[in-house]
Amino acid sequence: MRNRRRTGGQPSDPSGAGVPLDPARLALELEIPTDVRLIGRIVQMVSREVRDFDFPPHLCSLNVPVALSEALSNAMLRGNADDPAKTVHVRMAVDDRGLVLEVSDEGRGFDLESCTRDPTTADNMLREDGRGLFLMRRLMDRVERYTEDKAPRRNVVRLTLFRRESAAG
Amino acid sequence: MSFTMTKHGAVVVVDVEGQLIVGNRQELKQKVLDELEKGERKFLIDFGRTGYIDSSGLGVLVSLSKKIREQGGELRLANLNDDLKTLFELTKLDTLFQIADSRERGLESF
Repeated sequence: MRNRRRTGGQPSDPSGAGVPLDPARLALELEIPTDVRLIGRIVQMVSREVRDFDFPPHLCSLNVPVALSEALSNAMLRGNADDPAKTVHVRMAVDDRGLVLEVSDEGRGFDLESCTRDPTTADNMLREDGRGLFLMRRLMDRVERYTEDKAPRRNVVRLTLFRRESAAG
Repeated sequence: MSFTMTKHGAVVVVDVEGQLIVGNRQELKQKVLDELEKGERKFLIDFGRTGYIDSSGLGVLVSLSKKIREQGGELRLANLNDDLKTLFELTKLDTLFQIADSRERGLESF
């Protein structure tokens, strides 16, 4: 696992919607192998960083850990097909508006809408799977997906959490 | 992250310490199924020392609940903090499980 704290920027040109990750605000950047046993530790590390940026306690203990855990799990198991040779990248940027987390994998991407199921229906509630994307989208203010323009064209899931004063933005 | 099992009368109490997530949910599942195989039928999972649960963790609880019920047993949960209660409410799993405020209440409910 490589931990590169960055305060400078790097070229970033995410295509797609929403609030782009501001490279100048990059607070954390990690490259990790595909190994679900690492997820707990990564989530702990990121949650500690989020706490240091003065986000409310419940966002640090529930929203960020669960949403990030889901994104990492999907990246490793679906995007990277649980292949330990493939990597997952995690980037976090924070500013006055809020927090942006990006989790990328080496997969071909997926359609967020069609892959999100409602796990609260009578049939789906008894299923063991199908709650990950639902929880991500309920716990974060925005969830987006894009494919990087430049090679190696990684699949990126971006999670945005606004500071509560600017949640309408 | 660890799972500790103790017996309280006829109830197997499982303490989940740390997180219940994709990396360790199989371990919980296997431990409970092993006890079910040995003939245990009443299970109480105590989340008093649990940090967070992801969708895989929730899924394994649903799966265990089904398997235990199929064997004529019961699975109940206890000691969810506010964050965990929110998770169960969001996913409506609070309507699927019997959830007690404390271990004692959970044990009494059987």
